[in-house]
Amino acid sequence: MMRFLLLFSRQGKLRLQKWFTPIPEREKKKIIREMTTMVLARQPRSCNFLHWKDLKIIYKRYASLYFCLAIENHENELLALEVIHRYVELLDKYFGNVCELDIIFNFEKAYFILDEFLLGGEIQETSKQIVNRCIESSDMLQETMEEYMSKPAF
Amino acid sequence: MSPSVPLQEMIRAIRSARTQCEERGVIQRECAAIRAQFRQADNGGRSHNLAKLLYVHMLGYPAHFGQMECVRMIASPRYSEKRVGYLGAMMLLDEKQDASLLITNSIKNDLSHSNQYVQSLALCTLACMGSAEMCRDLAPEIDRLLRASNSYIKKKAALCAVHIVRKVHDLGELFAPAARSLLAEKNHGVLHGAVVLITELCERSPETLERFRKTVPDLVQIMKGLVISGYSPEHDVAGISDPFLQVRILRLLRILGRNNEAASDAMNDLLAQVATNTDSTKTVGNAVLYETVLTVLDIKSESGLRVLAVNILGRFLLNNDRNIRYIAMTSLQRIVGTDHNAVQRHRGTIVDCLKDQDASVKRRALELSLALVSATNIRSMMKELLLFLSSCPLELRAQAASGIFNAAERYAPSQRWHIDTILHVLTTAGGDVRDETVPNLIQLITNTSELHCYTVHKLYRALLSDISQQSLVQVACWCIGEYGDLLLRGECQETEPVQVTEDDVLDALETVLQSHMSAPATRGFALTATMKLSTRITDNVDRIRSIVSIYGSCIDVELQQRAVEYNALFKKYDHMRAAVLERMPVIEKNSPGHTNGESTREAVKEVQPAKVKQAETLLPQQPTSQVCDLLDLLGGSEEPLQPNPAVGSTVPVLPISTSSTAGGDLLDLLGGLEPTPLTSAPTVTVYEKGGVTLTLSSEKQSDSGLTVTLTACNSTDSDISSFTLQAAVPKSVQLHMKAPSGDSLPARGAAKVTQMVALSNPNKVNLKMRIRISYTSQGSAFQDTVQVDSFPEH
Repeated sequence: MMRFLLLFSRQGKLRLQKWFTPIPEREKKKIIREMTTMVLARQPRSCNFLHWKDLKIIYKRYASLYFCLAIENHENELLALEVIHRYVELLDKYFGNVCELDIIFNFEKAYFILDEFLLGGEIQETSKQIVNRCIESSDMLQETMEEYMSKPAF
Repeated sequence: MSPSVPLQEMIRAIRSARTQCEERGVIQRECAAIRAQFRQADNGGRSHNLAKLLYVHMLGYPAHFGQMECVRMIASPRYSEKRVGYLGAMMLLDEKQDASLLITNSIKNDLSHSNQYVQSLALCTLACMGSAEMCRDLAPEIDRLLRASNSYIKKKAALCAVHIVRKVHDLGELFAPAARSLLAEKNHGVLHGAVVLITELCERSPETLERFRKTVPDLVQIMKGLVISGYSPEHDVAGISDPFLQVRILRLLRILGRNNEAASDAMNDLLAQVATNTDSTKTVGNAVLYETVLTVLDIKSESGLRVLAVNILGRFLLNNDRNIRYIAMTSLQRIVGTDHNAVQRHRGTIVDCLKDQDASVKRRALELSLALVSATNIRSMMKELLLFLSSCPLELRAQAASGIFNAAERYAPSQRWHIDTILHVLTTAGGDVRDETVPNLIQLITNTSELHCYTVHKLYRALLSDISQQSLVQVACWCIGEYGDLLLRGECQETEPVQVTEDDVLDALETVLQSHMSAPATRGFALTATMKLSTRITDNVDRIRSIVSIYGSCIDVELQQRAVEYNALFKKYDHMRAAVLERMPVIEKNSPGHTNGESTREAVKEVQPAKVKQAETLLPQQPTSQVCDLLDLLGGSEEPLQPNPAVGSTVPVLPISTSSTAGGDLLDLLGGLEPTPLTSAPTVTVYEKGGVTLTLSSEKQSDSGLTVTLTACNSTDSDISSFTLQAAVPKSVQLHMKAPSGDSLPARGAAKVTQMVALSNPNKVNLKMRIRISYTSQGSAFQDTVQVDSFPEH
């Protein structure tokens, strides 16, 4: 199972955090600090896999964002790379040529998309189109409900 | 999608803050506004307030005051508010917060909501932060959803069930039947969820595993469908149909086929098909191949399939992608024990990976290379490993050095090669080797007597070039001290002859002594070596004498002590010098004797009487003292005898045994210096109580002098510590107690403590002695007194 997913910028600013196990707040902050230090210190063309405590850390850099996924020791690292890539593709499809700013200003949408793709530390849906369709339907539901109630969304 | 304006305005405001302080100010204002809004009655902006708070929380600021708002929002009928409320619950609440219990009811209600997206919110939150109580509460509901709902909900319910099983193991039984039936679904999302659930159930309970073995044919069928099916736009990733599902099925097959012949047979064909047909040009394909290889190697597969798997790993090793090389080595590491020959075939590639730029790859390559060293390839492998050692990153050096030592010890083709290798390691990475290396190496050198000449020449040359590597310098000094005569003789069979004069050698040692790079232990080595040379060289003894006397006033107490003792050796005991400084005997590897406590003074080790008999000295040995304090310096300290290679870093020092005084203040026992044969004195047991036995033996030294040896032994089952003896004698008798050999008696007589008492009875009164014994055993202190009225004499 996956333990956590972190997105942070090259300056170490956190853009998204998803934890799949219950961890106290202070511990979370500590882990975030350690991850950012470890990953940002890596050379540009090095291996995407790290060892940290008893977990494997898979990280990949997309433009200015680092995606950092922690998986348990028995998981498939190459597949984890694919999971990260799939999430980026989903974001890209939704926002249209996604960039870091999109994720900053629409962080709650990024979470919603993630929650349609992963659940409880496992992959929930393997088809890109289905995930996209579900997100669109949820958004539609939100808007129609809001229109119906004639109140603005967010 | 309409942008959420107030939220984005706030984000813009925060980002435009130029300093941390400014940002804090903005956030404080916003938080105050949010708090005020929360306290108000229902207004339209609730969801954007909570969204703002969540953003602030992500930046790292406290947001716990939003927890109750999350609970309220989740209970709201509006979808937008529920959505943000549940998101807030997942971010701010976890099972340890009390507020999380309050949402249990909302989740329960929403699980049966008419709208599937609301249901999905509830399922998502439950799977993310559901506590054990919540899981127990809602498990029947999840089971219902597993059976009767649309595929969108079913796939989420399956993963929810996985979470529940992880939290509450017993509930696995509840979900097993539903999981079984889910395998018949066509929807990939549901199938994936079902496979994950079954995997979880099988990992938790062996009985469930047995039951699910029957599903192997179904799984094989599904997998075959995926592999040979044509292009499916829904699930295709770079030509592979649904790699995520394929990998999960392969993992489940691994668990089901492990240790089971029948199941493994059923999947053989499939695995072969996947292994050969999967396109390995992209990462996706390699991910599937990787999982296949792991499965093949873990189940009872036929040998042809295993060879295929190892070959795939071999291909991975040659891949340009670093990640693939890394995982290839990780997998090979796992099977190097079982399929050693198969892995050996790829040794060349693995050794090449030692030169890779990436630190992770290097680490893996090192571990694998060390595992692949064998008697046949030792020479070539060692060449590569030594090359690696000279250029490897710092964090790997210690591991590499110790790995090389182990390999050298096990497979050394010749003694000379072994010594050469160790010397090479010491010159390149001397700072990173373990402490036992020095005594181990010394012991190795003494054991190869035919190579003494060669070794000392090599070490001398190494010493001349570089004195910064402490381990190397220590060994070099020791060898020069021991075999200096061979060095000066000049000729040597194994290396080219080189003329070394006595001054050269003494210069080298003096450089070590004076250099600021030398550690105190190293200087000790050098001083002792200088001293030893005094018997091995002919001309420059005066120079040695002057060096030794200079260090008699050195600030370092250890060096000072040695220098003073050596001085004494020159002055008063010159006649003994030759015997004392003779060549050391061969050191046995596991010699008895142990350090007393964690003495950081390397000079002191305990010696057993039996070992002492081997030494050239014929004098009655006295146990060494644990604490060489300054008083002992004047009183004539007992110097340690042969070094003990099994124990930490030791300094082999001359076997002096003096029981005399340099200052002459204390009792003069010159009689003890006469070479008297070591005959065993008759012993008498004077005390035996509580498992502690004290025996006494005495030896007449002179007309009025008597040496009494007290030996204590512990036959109980627990160790005794702080064992001390005190003695009292009649008024006219003079008593001098030497330091005991130790103060702890290990259980069951594993070792003894001896203590010498020197008595002088000039008036020849009737000798009596009262001995007080005190010690600590099992946490409590004991004390006892015994009177000895007669002494056995011979």
